[in-house]
Amino acid sequence: MGDLRDRVADVWGARTPHAKDTAWPVRVDQELSVSEAGVDRWVQSACVLCSNGCACDIAVKDGRMVGVRGRASDRVNHGRLGPKGLYGSWQWSDQDRLTQPLVRRGSELVETSWDEAMERIVAESKERHPLRHGFYTSGQLFLEEYYTLAVIGKAGLGTPHMDGNTRLCTATAAAALKETFGSDGQPGTYDDIEACDALFLFGHNMAATQTVLWSRVLDRVDGPDTPVVVAVDPRSTPVADVARRTGGVHLSPLPGTNQALMNGLLRELVEHDWVDHDWVGRHTLGYDDLAATVAPYTPDKVAGICGVPADDIRRTAEIFGTSGRVLSTVLQGFYQSHQATAASCQVNNLHLLRGLIGRPGCGVLQMNGQPTAENTRECGADGDLPGFRNWANPAHIDELARVWNVDPLVIPHWAPPTHAMQLWRYVEQGSIDFLWISATNPAVSLPELPRIRDILVKDDLFLVVQDGFLTETAQYADVVLPAALWGEKQGTFTNASRTVHLSEQAVDPPGQARSDLAIFLDYAHRMDFRDNDYGPLIHWSTPEEAFEAWKDCSRGRPCDYSGLTYDALRGGSGIPWPCTTDATDGTDRLYSDWVFPTEPDVCEDYGHDLLTGASTTPDKYKATAPGGRAFLKAAGYTTAPEHPTTEFPLIATTGRSPYHFHTRTKTGRAPRLRTAEPKVWVELSKPDAERLGLHEGERAVVESRRGQVEAEVRIGEPREGVVFLPFHFGYWDNENGPPTAANELTVTEWDPVSKQPMFKVSAVRVRKAGE
Amino acid sequence: MHLATYLGLLHHAEHTLGSAFAEVGSKHRDEPDVEHTCRMLSGQAFSHEERLTSIVERYGEERETEPERLKAAEFTGARSGAVGLLRDLQDLYSLASFVDITWTVVGQAAQGLRDRDLLDTVSSCQAQVATQLAWLQTRIKQAAPQALIAAR
Repeated sequence: MGDLRDRVADVWGARTPHAKDTAWPVRVDQELSVSEAGVDRWVQSACVLCSNGCACDIAVKDGRMVGVRGRASDRVNHGRLGPKGLYGSWQWSDQDRLTQPLVRRGSELVETSWDEAMERIVAESKERHPLRHGFYTSGQLFLEEYYTLAVIGKAGLGTPHMDGNTRLCTATAAAALKETFGSDGQPGTYDDIEACDALFLFGHNMAATQTVLWSRVLDRVDGPDTPVVVAVDPRSTPVADVARRTGGVHLSPLPGTNQALMNGLLRELVEHDWVDHDWVGRHTLGYDDLAATVAPYTPDKVAGICGVPADDIRRTAEIFGTSGRVLSTVLQGFYQSHQATAASCQVNNLHLLRGLIGRPGCGVLQMNGQPTAENTRECGADGDLPGFRNWANPAHIDELARVWNVDPLVIPHWAPPTHAMQLWRYVEQGSIDFLWISATNPAVSLPELPRIRDILVKDDLFLVVQDGFLTETAQYADVVLPAALWGEKQGTFTNASRTVHLSEQAVDPPGQARSDLAIFLDYAHRMDFRDNDYGPLIHWSTPEEAFEAWKDCSRGRPCDYSGLTYDALRGGSGIPWPCTTDATDGTDRLYSDWVFPTEPDVCEDYGHDLLTGASTTPDKYKATAPGGRAFLKAAGYTTAPEHPTTEFPLIATTGRSPYHFHTRTKTGRAPRLRTAEPKVWVELSKPDAERLGLHEGERAVVESRRGQVEAEVRIGEPREGVVFLPFHFGYWDNENGPPTAANELTVTEWDPVSKQPMFKVSAVRVRKAGE
Repeated sequence: MHLATYLGLLHHAEHTLGSAFAEVGSKHRDEPDVEHTCRMLSGQAFSHEERLTSIVERYGEERETEPERLKAAEFTGARSGAVGLLRDLQDLYSLASFVDITWTVVGQAAQGLRDRDLLDTVSSCQAQVATQLAWLQTRIKQAAPQALIAAR
C-alpha cells in the first residue's frame, strides 16, 4: 500500500487503478531523513505547496522537522504526496532563515528588536491617511491570518487597498464563479473524478501543477471504464498524451484565443441540440443571448482564429455533448490569458447547457494555483469582502459592521476593493506610500519586473516585507519581519475543493521569528484599533480564537464554517464547507438542488459586462429577477493586446515545473527538488528551433519589449509559434548571472473582470546567446 | 421632417465620442485597462457611425445647420495625472450620455415611422452605449477617492 519510490524520477508514483464509481485506493507516501523508529512524534498538517492541500503528518525529531507522511484517511489525497510535498514541504526549514527583524540604515538592512521594528511601522502608519496604505499578501498564509489582516485593513484602518498574489493565480476562478453562479464557491469536488465519463482540462496542466490530483486521474485512466480526456493547452503536455490515449482530443489553440474556441464549442452544442432545454429554462438566464453570441463561431471560423483543426473542434464538442457525466477543470491557461473571465464562464456555460452540475461526476472545478488562495478569497484579505459579501449591497456592509461592531462608513465599499495591479499602480504614482507585503515575492512574481523594481526602489515608499527568507523583494524593504512558516505555527486552510484542514505547530520557529498572526495582532494592538464600544476591535489572540471569530463572520454565507471546530478537524479527514451545526460533515458538492446563490440579497456580486468589466448596477441586476437561476454570460472574441509582430514573432507563455513552487523560496532550498530542476529553460517547438538554428541544451536569449531572459533550450512541447518558460527562477541564488525570471518578459495587462494579469501572452523573439 | 437633422447630430456625436475615447486611451497608456477599453469603445462608436450610413441613405442627413443649438459637446483634449484621468473619464461620460439620449430621440422617431430596421439599430447601438456608460461609471467610482484624497 505504500510507495517509497523516488518521486522525482516517478512524479505521480505507482498506479492503483480502479473502476468508475469505486473509491480511490489508499497509497501512503512517506519521506524521512531518519529511521521511522527514530521519529519522536507525528504532527497533523496538510501540504502548502499547491492548491490540492494533501493531508499529511509531519515527522519531528529533536525539535526539528525530519520528514512527512501522507494521511491515508483524508478525502483529498488518500495518503499520497507529490514531489513537492515529499521533499519541499520541510527540507527548507533550517536553511538561511530570517531570525531577527531588520531595518534599513542607508543601503544596509541591519538587525533590530521586534519592539523597534514594530514601533517604526506604527509611526509610519499613524502619519498617513488610510488611503495611502496598501497590503499585498499571499496565497500561503492561514485562514486565521487572512481574517485578522482583513479586519485590520477593512475595519481598523479602513483602506480598500488590500489584495494578494491570489490575484495572479485564482482571481479568475472566483470571478467566473461569481458571474455564473452569483457567488464564489467551488461547485464540484475531487470525488467527481471517480464518477465522470469524460474529463475536460481547460488550460490546466494538472500533471505538473497538482501532481497528486493527476495521479487520481491516472488511476481512473488505467482502470476499467476509462474516461475520455480532453486537453486544451498550447503545449503537448502529459495531459495531452493522456487525451490522445483515451480517445479524446488535444486542442492546441494559439495563446489569447480561448474565447473564440469556447464560443465555437458552445455553438456546436447549440447546433446539434446537445442542450437540455427544459433544465436550461428552469435553472438559467440568458440562453437566447448566448446562442446569438456564439452563432457566428463556426468550426471553420474558429479553426482560423485558434489555429486548430475544425474537425477537432467538432469532435471535442461531440464528446462534451454526448458523454454521460462530464467533469471540467480550469486553470492558468485560461485564467492568465486574454479574456480570462469570459472564457472561464464559457466552461460553466457548457455544463449549464446540459444541466451537468451538482451531481456525481458532473461538475466544474475552477481551480486555484495556491494552497490557501481560497481563504484569501473568503476572508477578504484580497479584493473581496469577508464571507463572500457584496461590496455593492448595503445590507452586507451592515452585517460586517455588526460583526465587527464598527461604523459601516469605516468599511471601504464605495467601489470594488482595489485589485493588485491597480494597487501597484497607485504605489507607482505615489498615492500609496506605505506598502506591507506578506509571504509573497513580487520582485519575481509580478509581470514586467523592470517596472516592479522601479516601483520598489522608490524613495518615498515605506516598504514592510514579512517573510521566512530574505527574498528578492525583502532586499528592497525598509523593515523586514521574520515570519514563522508551515510547521512552525498553527492554523487552518482550505483547498481548491473547499476542504478545510488544520495544520498544527510541529516545531518552534527559528530565532525570533513569529507567526504572521502574531505579527498582525501586534500591529493591531499598537495601533489601538477600537470598536464602537471602545473595546479592542480585534479581540482574539490565538489561532483557535481567530477561527471562532471567523466562524461568526461566515455564518449564513455560502462559505459557512459555523459547524467546524479545531477538534473536528483533528484525527480524521479534512472537511468541506459549507459546514453548519446541522451538517457537521460538511458538503461534498454545491448546487445539488440546482438553486444558485444569485438572489440579489444573497449574491456576492451583481456581475459585470465581460468585455469591459463594467459593473452591473444593483437595479439592473434586480430587474433580471434571477430567483436562484444561474447566468449564461456571453461575450464575443476580441484580439489580445499582445500578438506576434515581425519584430517579436513568437508568443511566450509561462508556467510551472512539477518540482518547484512559485519563486522557489522553499523548493529551491530542498536539495532533492533543487537538483531535480536546477535552472531556467525555454521550450521551443521543433520547427521554430530549426528556423532559429537552436539545438537542445544550447543557450538562448528570449526578448520582449519589456526585457530579456537567458535560458537553456529544450525542444518539443509547445505548438509552433509558442515558447514556454517556467516562472520559478529569480535571483536569490543567482545574483550575478544573466536574467532568468520569466516575468522580465511579461506585460502589464489584465482581464477586465477578474483583473488577473495576462502572463500567458507575451510577444517575444528568440536568438542564440552570444550572437 | 427633422429626423435628418437629428441623424446629423447623432453622427457628429458618435464621431466625437469615438475620437475622444481614442484620445483618452492613448493619453493614459500607463493605465492599461483604460488604454485598451477606450480603444475598444472607440471602435464601437465608429462602428455606430457606419451603421448610421444606411439610415442616412433613407432619411438624409443635415449636419450643423444650427451649430449653436444642435451640436454635441466638443472634447477639448485629454489631460494627465490621476485627477486628469478622472476629468477625462468624466468628459467621456458626458459625451456618451449625450449620445445615449440622442439615440433615444432617434428611437422615438423610429417608433413613429414604424421602421423596424432603424429600431433594431437603435436598440443594439444603445445597448453598447449603456455598457460604455456603465464602464465609465465603474472606473470613475474606483478612481475618485484615490485621486481626490491621496494623490500627490
